[in-house]
Amino acid sequence: MKPGTEVLYRTVSPIHPRQVLPSSQCALQGATRMSDLSEAVEEFLIESHENLDRLDNDLLTLEESPDDEETLASIFRTIHTIKGTCGFFGYSSLESVTHVGENLLGKLRDGSLSLSEAITEGMLHMVDAVREMLEQVEKTGSDGGCEYADLIEELASLLTESAPAEKATAKSTSTPSKHATESCAIPEDSPKASTGGSVSDSKIRVDVEQLDKLMTLVGELVLARNQILQFAPDTEEAGFVATSQRLNLITTELQVGVMKTRMQPIGILWSKLPRVVRDLSKQCGKKMHLEMEGKETDLDKTIIEAIKDPLMHIVRNSVDHGIESPKVRTANGKPEEGTLLLRAFHEGGKVIIEVRDDGGGIDAEKMRAKAIESGLLTQEQASTMQDHEAVNLVFAAGFSTAKKVTNVSGRGVGMDVVRTNIEKIGGSVDLQSVLGEGTTLRIKIPLTLAIIPALVVSSSGERFAIPQVSLLELVRLDDEASSNRIEYIHGTPVYRLRGQLLPLVYLDKQLGLSPGSKDEDGETATNIVVLQSEDQQFGLVVGDINDTEEIVVKPLDKQIKGLSVFAGATIMGDGRVALILDVLGLARHGDVISTDSATKAMGRRDGDSSLEVESNSSTLLLFRAGENRRMAIHLSSVARLEEFSRDRVEYASGKTVTQYRGEIMPLVSLSEFFGGTVGTQSEKMEVVVYQHEDCSIGLVVDQILDIVDVRLENIRNSDAIGLQGSAIVDGQVTDMLDAPGVIASVAPEFFNARTSA
Amino acid sequence: MTMNQDNKKGIQFCTFYLGDLFLGIDVQCVQEVIRYQEMTPVPLSQDAVRGLINLRGHIVTAIDLREQLDLPPLDAEKLPMNVVIRTSEGAASLLVDEIGDVLEIHEEGFEEPPQTIRGAARRLITGVYKLEGQLLLVLDPVKATQLKAANKVAAQTTS
Repeated sequence: MKPGTEVLYRTVSPIHPRQVLPSSQCALQGATRMSDLSEAVEEFLIESHENLDRLDNDLLTLEESPDDEETLASIFRTIHTIKGTCGFFGYSSLESVTHVGENLLGKLRDGSLSLSEAITEGMLHMVDAVREMLEQVEKTGSDGGCEYADLIEELASLLTESAPAEKATAKSTSTPSKHATESCAIPEDSPKASTGGSVSDSKIRVDVEQLDKLMTLVGELVLARNQILQFAPDTEEAGFVATSQRLNLITTELQVGVMKTRMQPIGILWSKLPRVVRDLSKQCGKKMHLEMEGKETDLDKTIIEAIKDPLMHIVRNSVDHGIESPKVRTANGKPEEGTLLLRAFHEGGKVIIEVRDDGGGIDAEKMRAKAIESGLLTQEQASTMQDHEAVNLVFAAGFSTAKKVTNVSGRGVGMDVVRTNIEKIGGSVDLQSVLGEGTTLRIKIPLTLAIIPALVVSSSGERFAIPQVSLLELVRLDDEASSNRIEYIHGTPVYRLRGQLLPLVYLDKQLGLSPGSKDEDGETATNIVVLQSEDQQFGLVVGDINDTEEIVVKPLDKQIKGLSVFAGATIMGDGRVALILDVLGLARHGDVISTDSATKAMGRRDGDSSLEVESNSSTLLLFRAGENRRMAIHLSSVARLEEFSRDRVEYASGKTVTQYRGEIMPLVSLSEFFGGTVGTQSEKMEVVVYQHEDCSIGLVVDQILDIVDVRLENIRNSDAIGLQGSAIVDGQVTDMLDAPGVIASVAPEFFNARTSA
Repeated sequence: MTMNQDNKKGIQFCTFYLGDLFLGIDVQCVQEVIRYQEMTPVPLSQDAVRGLINLRGHIVTAIDLREQLDLPPLDAEKLPMNVVIRTSEGAASLLVDEIGDVLEIHEEGFEEPPQTIRGAARRLITGVYKLEGQLLLVLDPVKATQLKAANKVAAQTTS
């Protein structure tokens, strides 16, 4: 959409100069009360703020097409309105500034002056000054009495500077024609203005609280409707059936209608951006223009508030870091002017906002290097990381690739805050970048916060809702599997989810409910809801998994607000209340998140949460290999833990191998290597997958013991092949495995594989 | 002794029974009285919190007034009634055994609770009206919905 078309639409609803006084005099009853301002002033402030936002855009449009009569007329009207009203209220400084502005605009309008960059700049300054003064009025009730002498002088000098020479020659030819169009533009304009009046007359400001009350009532009506519909099939009376059908339809429509009242188009949020982009790009010496698609996309008001700052930050980032300077752009064969495209649309019940620039893109290699340098990643982690993942490192805390700190961005608080804020409202961000072609940032957010999708589970006969945001997956273990697959580390239940230990938390135990009555229906399956809380995954064992439902979140009363395990309550379809679980609170309550080092370490093994490395302490994987030989390996060098059945072992050139992810992976039995007796050959074997560059090797161990965070001191070095030494870990002497050493002696080709390939 | 605010001419009281006790709350604070509602229990909460009820789309916490007054629990087969009260701190429902009439009472016959009243009752009862044949105990609506001590919740959540 061209910006011009937007402006056309906007001029349809100007505030007519004469309209302001009556409307500000008739006090709006529903308006919220600000300290001690009279309602008329308050109304003036609200109106003026809206007008100023529009003014910014109008001025920019005018800069692009100086001959746009309509826009000019609209600007003139806005300034005139403000001036007139503040004269009425006796805000003299405000009046004097707008007065000069109006004169300037008057000259522009009658063609005796043509628009130059200096004039636009001056007008924008004036808008800023007016905004400042309005804020003063809001706070103190007076316009502060600041004189803004400089600004007035600046504007006045523009006024007298009767068309600068170079501009005059360029524009003088168009001046007469301007006169002509102007004269006929007025009659053309006035009917529009009058229709505009009717548009603003047909709008009314409503308290959000009022709308919330309506929402509650409609929700209750829906429940009553559902109950009536249940009775309908049982009755003989045709009239009742027909009426209940009608009730059904009306209720549905009413529900949709009330929901819509809380929605606002995202354009409200975007209207501030053209000015931001203009100022910023000027400041950075860049040329760019902003395009917007899908301004009319509706979002809940609370969501709009929540994404305001993140979006602003993203746009600033794109201008500052995304788009290259004009020189670089032309050198790379791109148009001098960069493009920033904002898109918003609905997709699958969510709103997608895309911020796309055609700038330099993000260099995944640089990101990796930077991550290693700042200690976020180890060399191995960085090298196995996909480009897409590496690019998304911008969201990691404390990560800034800005080469120089500018006024605009690169001051440390960055994209991690953006991500946190967006995730807080149940959204997600993703970044895609093609080096040299540009970057696209995609924000996915829910339509509304009041209604969230949730998984309904039950435990001991009670229903609970779990917000789907923190839900990762569901695991169901049937009878026999559950007894085998749930293991215990010192009494703490864990489950191996694809080779990773998942601490388990039993919902009934956590909530102090009597244990589930599983025996009743003879079902003994275990349902695990895998949840993500902060950087920690854990499994919540529940009695039953019912269904997913859209629920309306209601806050808890003060008597139970202190319970951190609940985030709120909701009314279910049958009219009963169900509690909403707070995943973070539950994790804390279940000691999943705590200072306990072992559980912390488990969390780190998760790919993208492994970004934090504590200095001095190392995370070790403890295992047993051979009789009573307790060994440890640095967790950072372990790619995965796997369990293979013995029949998957094959031979390649006389050595044991297995097929792993479509490749041949050599297997090394540590028990054999260290000369221990090979224990009873059980069906399964535990394998620690060690990764080096792109190759994996499987270290077969007897038993995985634990993962611990320890400070390694007093290591007694050892000369034995494959051992780094021994240390005391958790009160027991433990051999530190030298994995490269073992591999070098057993499968020397492993390290050469890459170079020879 | 200054007279309590409740002690004005002709105050209306919503009355109810709790075992042998005959209690009343200023009718101004009472939003409505409803029969027993199905409740959703709140795990880990204090004993006085009996559950949450759905009051036409609003979720209201039901407080066991017997527990608040240290009385033994109601017989399991008897269902309590809800007295929904609205205070400056929001709505809550008090669970009582039985509902009495709305009585208009005049100030003569009011007395502050005797010093010998001990325990929870001392905190919740602001005065006594000497009616014919029985005593009406005036309940403080705000204190009746306040839970005894927060430390119990804290102890339970950390256990």
